[in-house]
Amino acid sequence: MKVHVNMDICLLHGQCVIAAPEIFSFDDNGDLHWVEVIDDSQVADAEAASDACPEQAIILG
Amino acid sequence: MAGPRITVVGASLAGLRTAEALRTALPQAQLTLIGDEPHAPYNRPPLSKDVMESFAGGDADETEAFGKLLLRSKLTPEDVSTRLGVAATGIEKAGVRLADGSLVRSDWVIAATGIRPRRLPLPGNEDIRHVLRGFDDARALAPMLQPGARLAVIGAGFIGCEIAATARKLGLHVTIVEPGPQPMMRALGPRVAAAMATLHRRHGVTLLTGRSVEAYQPGRVILDNGKEIEADVIVEALGSLPNTEWLTGSGADLSDGVLVDDTMRAIGAPNLLAVGDIARFANPLFDDVPRRVEHWCIPGFTAKRAAQTIAALEAGDTPEPGFSPLPSFWSDQYGMRVQAFGAPALAETQTVVEGDLSQIGEAPVIVEYARNGALTGVIGLGAPPALIAKHRARLMAALTPKETV
Ligand SMILES: Cc1cc2nc3c(=O)[nH]c(=O)nc-3n(C[C@H](O)[C@H](O)[C@H](O)COP(=O)(O)OP(=O)(O)OC[C@H]3O[C@@H](n4cnc5c(N)ncnc54)[C@H](O)[C@@H]3O)c2cc1C
Ligand code: SF4
Repeated sequence: MKVHVNMDICLLHGQCVIAAPEIFSFDDNGDLHWVEVIDDSQVADAEAASDACPEQAIILG
Repeated sequence: MAGPRITVVGASLAGLRTAEALRTALPQAQLTLIGDEPHAPYNRPPLSKDVMESFAGGDADETEAFGKLLLRSKLTPEDVSTRLGVAATGIEKAGVRLADGSLVRSDWVIAATGIRPRRLPLPGNEDIRHVLRGFDDARALAPMLQPGARLAVIGAGFIGCEIAATARKLGLHVTIVEPGPQPMMRALGPRVAAAMATLHRRHGVTLLTGRSVEAYQPGRVILDNGKEIEADVIVEALGSLPNTEWLTGSGADLSDGVLVDDTMRAIGAPNLLAVGDIARFANPLFDDVPRRVEHWCIPGFTAKRAAQTIAALEAGDTPEPGFSPLPSFWSDQYGMRVQAFGAPALAETQTVVEGDLSQIGEAPVIVEYARNGALTGVIGLGAPPALIAKHRARLMAALTPKETV
């Protein structure tokens, strides 16, 4: 599965980092990073992160 | 064999997330989602923030703006039968009674009917008085927020303060009337609330605390000290009332929302569950006092929990005990993010651990909240996400042990 964050609408709530720390993280500058291709074992975490994002910025596909 | 008939009442964040979780947990279930609003489930927080701004500023057409608010969902019409624009009026042994007289037969009922704004029980100014909870409220209020207009906000909770901040950005003259000593006092505690008061005043808001509304006169708000405020538009943001009238007679404790146990089952009504803003539950992270929690994150947590409960009971199992989600909320005012984790409202002491409250809105501030010396929450004010994440980790470490007691 592919993970993408639409940075035009992401407001850096960081809820994704809490829900799925293995996929989403902040660097020291506060920029958001994510694993772009995840395996099946991480899909549930990615979906939880997507549901937790108040801006609906996370696109899974 | 046909699965259980499960009816979710309230088609907003909590109702939608519950239907989704049920679809996953119980693929055989026959799901019905009922909502009294004519709209498909949508997201409310932007209504007092960016959506209100672009609406009022005239740079967004309504259909486009609503499209952005719509909650994305994987559910298809085959997954759940959705009935919008019809309210539930009662609950009976056989199921849920709707306003059109029909009965939705149900083995399980999930209450996700949320809350509505409280209104001032005063006559007058009906043509310019507004509340803000839903899309239709926002649609009615937005055209009134014209540059130069005079806005009176009654109540300085989060929604009132966000509207005030948005209106200042749009060039309105804004007065807030708040009976308490500081804005957002209950949620933020006295020190941070006082700093937020400074932030509002610095942005040109006339903030009148310790004052209540005595009467309305045409185009005027009369305060308890006799002072008169002229207003072209009034927003009442005085807190909320849970939408539980339709559950009267269900056996559930409806004294403030729906009292539920740690599996989201209503106490006193075995086939009724409640989720989202109306669910009143104890969180063992803090204590054993049941509370309603009006934060965006709660629908997600309670929806999953409710679906697990029904799935377990349908399989003849006992749901796993224990439910202790970490609450969080945010608010955006004057471009500054307030981000909270835990339950700052339960604390009696506040300690600034990074930054300085006199610099609010200019430099990051982190405040820790404690009760009996134990951390209950942390709030970041204009703090970068990585910094908040660090302090959230500290909070988690402090809260986790109590869970196992
Ligand atoms: C303007 C605004 C800004 C917000 N900003 C933030 C924020 O920044 N951060 C944050 O954490 N939270 C925020 N919130 C709170 C958050 O939106 C709520 O916690 C969340 O919407 C709760 O979802 P819910 O589904 O439980 O209830 P609701 O969203 O209230 O949904 C309940 C639904 O049930 C319907 N209903 C009621 N009675 C009946 C009936 N008898 N029959 C059928 N349907 C019925 C209602 O019309 C509604 O559609 C904000 C809320 C508002 C209104
Ligand atoms: S939760 Fe959403 S808005 Fe927040 S950082 Fe993650 S993607 Fe961005």
